[in-house]
Amino acid sequence: MKLRRCSRKPAFPWFGMDIGGTLVKLVYFEPKDITEEEELEEVENLKSIRRYLTSNTAYGKTGVRDVHLELHNLTICGRTGNLHFIRFPTAAMHRFIQMGRDKHFSSLHTTLCATGGGAYKFENDFRTMADLELLKLDELDCLIQGLLYIDSVGFNDHPECYYFENPSDTQNCIKEPCCLDNLFPMLLVNIGSGVSILAVYTKDNYKRVTGTSLGGGTFLGLCCLLTGCETFEEALEMASKGDSTNVDKLVKDIYGGDYQRFGLQGSAVASSFGHMMSKEKRDSISKEDLARATLVTITNNIGSIARMCAVNEKIERVVFVGNFLRINTVSTKLLAYAMDFWSKGQLRALFLEHEGYFGAVGAFLDLLKSADDA
Amino acid sequence: MALCGGADRGSHSMDKSITLPPDEIFRNLENAKRFAIDIGGSLTKLAYYSTVQHQVAKVRSFDHSAKETDGDPLYEISVQEEITARLHFIKFENAYIETCLDFIKDHLVNTETKVIKATGGGAHKFKDLIEKKLKLKVDKEDEMTCLIKGCNFVLKNIPHEAFVYAKHADSEFRFQNTHPDIFPYMLINIGSGVSIVKVEAEDKFERIGGSSIGGGTFWGLGALLTKTKRFDELLQLASKGQHTNVDMLVKDIYGGAYGSLGLTGDLIASSFGKSATTDKEFSKEDMAKSLLHMISNDIGQLACLYAKLHNLTRVYFGGFFIRGHPVTMHTITYSINFFTKGEVQALFLRHEGYLGAIGAFLKGAEEDNPNQYSWEENYAGSSGLMSVSPELNPVQRARSGTFDMLEMDRLERQLVNLPLLQDATSYIPDTVDLTEDALAREYWLYCFEEALDGVVKRAIASQKDQPEAVERAEKFRQKYRHKLQTLRHQPFAYGSLTVRSLLDTREHCLNEFNFPDPYSKIKQKENDMALKYYLKVVKSVEELSWEQRQFTLAKGLLAGNVFDWGAKAVSDVLESDPEFGFEQAKQQLQERPWLVDAYNQWIERLKGPPHKCALFFVDNSGIDIILGVFPFIRELLIRGTEVVLASNSGPALNDVTNSELQILTERIAAMDPVIHAALREDRLALVQNGSSSPCLDLSRLDKVLATVIRERGTDLVIIEGMGRAIHTNYYAMLSCESLKLAVIKNSWLAERLGGKIFSVVFKYEVPSKAQEQH
Repeated sequence: MKLRRCSRKPAFPWFGMDIGGTLVKLVYFEPKDITEEEELEEVENLKSIRRYLTSNTAYGKTGVRDVHLELHNLTICGRTGNLHFIRFPTAAMHRFIQMGRDKHFSSLHTTLCATGGGAYKFENDFRTMADLELLKLDELDCLIQGLLYIDSVGFNDHPECYYFENPSDTQNCIKEPCCLDNLFPMLLVNIGSGVSILAVYTKDNYKRVTGTSLGGGTFLGLCCLLTGCETFEEALEMASKGDSTNVDKLVKDIYGGDYQRFGLQGSAVASSFGHMMSKEKRDSISKEDLARATLVTITNNIGSIARMCAVNEKIERVVFVGNFLRINTVSTKLLAYAMDFWSKGQLRALFLEHEGYFGAVGAFLDLLKSADDA
Repeated sequence: MALCGGADRGSHSMDKSITLPPDEIFRNLENAKRFAIDIGGSLTKLAYYSTVQHQVAKVRSFDHSAKETDGDPLYEISVQEEITARLHFIKFENAYIETCLDFIKDHLVNTETKVIKATGGGAHKFKDLIEKKLKLKVDKEDEMTCLIKGCNFVLKNIPHEAFVYAKHADSEFRFQNTHPDIFPYMLINIGSGVSIVKVEAEDKFERIGGSSIGGGTFWGLGALLTKTKRFDELLQLASKGQHTNVDMLVKDIYGGAYGSLGLTGDLIASSFGKSATTDKEFSKEDMAKSLLHMISNDIGQLACLYAKLHNLTRVYFGGFFIRGHPVTMHTITYSINFFTKGEVQALFLRHEGYLGAIGAFLKGAEEDNPNQYSWEENYAGSSGLMSVSPELNPVQRARSGTFDMLEMDRLERQLVNLPLLQDATSYIPDTVDLTEDALAREYWLYCFEEALDGVVKRAIASQKDQPEAVERAEKFRQKYRHKLQTLRHQPFAYGSLTVRSLLDTREHCLNEFNFPDPYSKIKQKENDMALKYYLKVVKSVEELSWEQRQFTLAKGLLAGNVFDWGAKAVSDVLESDPEFGFEQAKQQLQERPWLVDAYNQWIERLKGPPHKCALFFVDNSGIDIILGVFPFIRELLIRGTEVVLASNSGPALNDVTNSELQILTERIAAMDPVIHAALREDRLALVQNGSSSPCLDLSRLDKVLATVIRERGTDLVIIEGMGRAIHTNYYAMLSCESLKLAVIKNSWLAERLGGKIFSVVFKYEVPSKAQEQH
């Protein structure tokens, strides 16, 4: 994607924000080409924000900067700098707004571009608490624009996109980066708290095909209830050690082997959590097994719906994004397998390194565009 | 997946102390053969074929060579034993399996049975027990094949088998008409997992997909989350919960709706999303509800994706997750509506729980070719929908040994659609659906209850020579009264409740207690009496001018129809004044203009060319058929129209049966050269209609009749009587001309139609040209 020359640059700081159901995603452009003159002119507030964001990797108890995702030497709108990726729980939104007030953000005359449901939900709080006006943007528009932009600039000279080679062979399944000449048409599966599935035909032509409420929020929510864990990281850590077949009933548990009449493998899951109907099994199960089963259940279900949508929409490329996939190779591999196996190799699952940040990037791009339009 | 969960229901610790009320449940075991059993996670369904010996009233002409004397009855009535085939299906909790097997073993006489067909996830677990107890070899059948076979069978043979569930409507169950072609359809079986099957023909089906998130997930995950062990209890919890406390809704993220995508604020964005972000305790009820929504929505969504991909619009749901549970039917329906924007309706089946057992049975009975017959649900022997519903009857459900039964009778004759229906797919026989019309339901239930004493009296009187008839009649009374009570609380028990179903249920109950034809003697007496007046009526009509004659014939037909023992107002008169005559009946009739009066159009039509062939669905015996119908069709025959008289195959009230009509016609032919010639030249045909009901379902008619109708180029259909032309078929659209004639002998009904008692309906309809070609 080519960015047009900006006739008028928006004032710093450049932010893009995506306020989701569970997480707030923030991208921040740190200009590296600041001239001395600029440096002198730069107001103290702005400087302090820049320093605060770039010199820390954690903010408060729950804010995190994903340093490994940082994009270096990005030239955008005539400026060169680094793009930072920051996230914190939506539950901390009010503290964030307070910080905006404390740092006198409103004095900076910048536009705060925000997308995600929270842009609507917290709009009034931004206004009343911090005297800030949000520029609200549609989350799916932002998602697609952000994704296309990052894919076009690449990930610090590496491809943004990857897939799994030999997805149906657990021993030899390996992550492979890839560059796609043409992404379209693609089925875009965004797994946040819930899931949205879009069919994208060109950069401006897309439709939301469907969605499901069984998403990342469901995985974490169920895990918290079942295992007492508190964070996504904890839940994934447990899941990585567990065995879902102690929890799920497989075809072979019922038929002793494959269900040949319908060509179902014995190892296929017949009933998620099916073993848990039995008290003895419930009493003997580990938290790790439960976490794993929850993860596998949610992931397979998303895979199954995505696959059906791809077939219905006649699209072969299925791109999975969203923060559910963060540090979650169990799910990415499972999705790759599910797409490949059930479509007999017809469908390919693709993943992107910046998983959950595209909405925020899209909002950030809109800031530059809005300046352009002005 | 169609895999039924092996559940921890203590099926190993079977309660042997349970005593069964056996003759009420495992009936007709002495002749039972072809056993089949479907053992699921918690319920066992047993099927067997048996024969039922019951009495039928036969009529037979006396030998005509002997000179008749005046006092001799018209024909001989004899009661004969007849053997008919019946299918028995019984559903009970797995805990009773051993007790049941013992009972069957003790009562099983038939020795030719060697195997028992078995299906269902639990079949292997009980294999040894069954083989040991019954000394039958267990022969396993594929679960899905059985399910589909059973599904085809009920869809074909049971009217109102499928229904749409609407929780908030006046009537929760909206029954679907039997579609002449049941294929293709999609069956979503929600057992522990979900199987999605496309069925294209009797033996052509394919599992097109499935999901592991099913009933087992609800049960297993629900048990973990709420520490509640039983499936039913989990559903109970769910029905009391608030999912919004646990789920993250669109409005929790957006503060309102996501307008540009049309997602409302109440939509679930993330199931269990709040439990991920909120640090608090959640109630069991709320979690169970959230789980139920999550699973139902997920299944609904997959169902829609598959329906769309395969272009299927008829989608049936079954499996233990559904099994009569209003909560799950509601959530599934909601989900399907949401995901298809109302384009696809979720359909459920009244006998869903029996599909596997029916299918397994059919597999074992292939040599008897059960699919070549028509079958009928026996209302007397079947429990009806929701007989063991947890919501309706929570106490009963808790391990009291509730046995649900389905009995189906094999019909002598194969039934098909009337070829003259304008649109067989949209034909609804019944005029008023009492399931939806609460006022009418109240009235008719009351009416049938009121009439019960009279029916019992009549039944006893018809078998004066049999002293135990009193006892049997009392049993009949109890059975039918119980049915009426059931229907008062569960009007949906046997599909749409209608006047027809109430009448048919009564006939089934009478038959059950061996009162095959309580009106046989009355009919005989009345036929005899009416015959004596036949020539006089015919002669008096012949003297009239053409116009006068047509009117007198029409009026005579209507007056004859006053003689109806099925109508309480009339039976009271007939009971107190046996001499009540034809002329008096004519005087009772409403003066023209009638309540529905198309007489002028009919007369205009008669001035035109004669019809090719008239099909006449006749009603009562006695004056109705002899002095009303015969003079009327005599005129048609003289005009050059062929006539087919369609009468009941079996008795119902005082309706003339086909065998009675044969004798009557012979007698009339002996007196009347016009009828004689018509019979001889085959311009008058007597054909049975395949029914034993006082009403008429034009979608279930004798196949022979349908052929005759087609071969003769029938272009006029006459339907006579309240049961056939008012309670049913009043709105039936035919592809040829039709006359619907009746006298309303019930003041409540007359009032509803805007008239008084003895109002006349004379409905003459001509289809528009376009429809005719159709």
